[in-house]
Amino acid sequence: MTTETRSIAVTVNGMRHEREVEVRLTLADLLRHRLGLTGTHIGCEHGVCGACTVLCNGQSVRACLMLAVQADGKEVSTVEGLAPDAQHLHPLQQAFSSHHGLQCGFCTPGILMTLVEFLRENPAPTEAEVRVALSGNLCRCTGYQGIVAAALDAAQRMRAAGQA
Amino acid sequence: MKPPLFRYHDPASVAEAVALLASTDNAKLLAGGQSLMPMLNMRLVLPDDLIDLNRIDTLAHVRENGDVLEIGAMTRQRELERSAVVRARCPLLTAAIEHVGHQQTRNRGTLGGSLCHLDPSAELVAAAMTLDAVVSVTGRGGERKIPFAQFPQSYMTPAIAPDELVIAVSLPLWGRGHGHAFLEFARRHGDFAVCAVAVMLEKNAAGAITRAAITVAGLDAAPVRVAAAERALLGQAPSEALFRAAAEHCRELDAVGDVHAPAAYRQHLAAVLAKRALAEAAARCH
Repeated sequence: MTTETRSIAVTVNGMRHEREVEVRLTLADLLRHRLGLTGTHIGCEHGVCGACTVLCNGQSVRACLMLAVQADGKEVSTVEGLAPDAQHLHPLQQAFSSHHGLQCGFCTPGILMTLVEFLRENPAPTEAEVRVALSGNLCRCTGYQGIVAAALDAAQRMRAAGQA
Repeated sequence: MKPPLFRYHDPASVAEAVALLASTDNAKLLAGGQSLMPMLNMRLVLPDDLIDLNRIDTLAHVRENGDVLEIGAMTRQRELERSAVVRARCPLLTAAIEHVGHQQTRNRGTLGGSLCHLDPSAELVAAAMTLDAVVSVTGRGGERKIPFAQFPQSYMTPAIAPDELVIAVSLPLWGRGHGHAFLEFARRHGDFAVCAVAVMLEKNAAGAITRAAITVAGLDAAPVRVAAAERALLGQAPSEALFRAAAEHCRELDAVGDVHAPAAYRQHLAAVLAKRALAEAAARCH
């Protein structure tokens, strides 16, 4: 079988990209290999670990379980788009730093993107709700304590700043 | 861990999808992709043609139509989870969905996709079995309706021909006073159930049980309705002793052990969860 390609246009973090892609290319590989956005990590490549979580039209998705051609015409947000500028972190990133919410950092981009959607929909979550929201993101370093603390603190910071 | 080569099609209508199915002989239908994409990445399936249903807008809808809830096959699980009409008229489905995967997978995963994948522990399959869902499929030979009791043919094999696709699922609604419960045991939140039990109950004004549906999932190749337990409840007044006796029928179901749990443990879970689910559903009846 010959390799089939299609031309697609995807907006990532506000910037429009046009590419000719193999139809079997995943969204995760489009981001990393074709657009150079290596902040999105690939762990298991079968939808279990959550490391590749990005937002597609505002909704969290596993980028390893979507084809790049399915993102044609869509708006994708990745961890690279979180910080407002080079000098400032997003409140979630600040909270992860303050609470030691990461060790090796491999799972962090996926967790941050999961929490962006979660805190938008639930700006004042309980600890139990945070733990359920994090159930689709595996972290093998932290034991989750720091991550949960960071998520709750970020929720508070974002409410105070009227960002949530 | 990358998908194999395939020809990609993204039809905009059901008619186009049916025509594609008719003209290909090793095609896979791509719904939400939360099961098929992992299988492609792991090369467990090697289709020559991939028919992506995501552009067919007419397949995503939720409609209350008299005493039936009609749900389009491509309706996202997250949409069902948040649907006010589902929560009000068919709360068992809402309760089941809260156990399905994670928000990231429910944002993409669809009802039709989950039913067709037919994982033995899938919560939506168990809910469809409990609710006597009717699956509408269409293909070259026209449209037909499959009662859910006849939908699972064997392990992960739905009663759909290779040239057919599921377009909608109808859920006959129970009375507004019915009680429901969906309980499961899984190692982690969002995992497939080691065992899950779904219960629907209706009582009359005198307090006697007039209708009961109990499904156990996770024990064998497909979820099963526990007819003996349902019969034991009819005409009886709810009590702990009644529920314990009815739930014991779940211990007698055929079960298969695997790396996650031996068969006897699954049967024990079925009886325990059924007793709790019956009590929970009865408490919700009014």
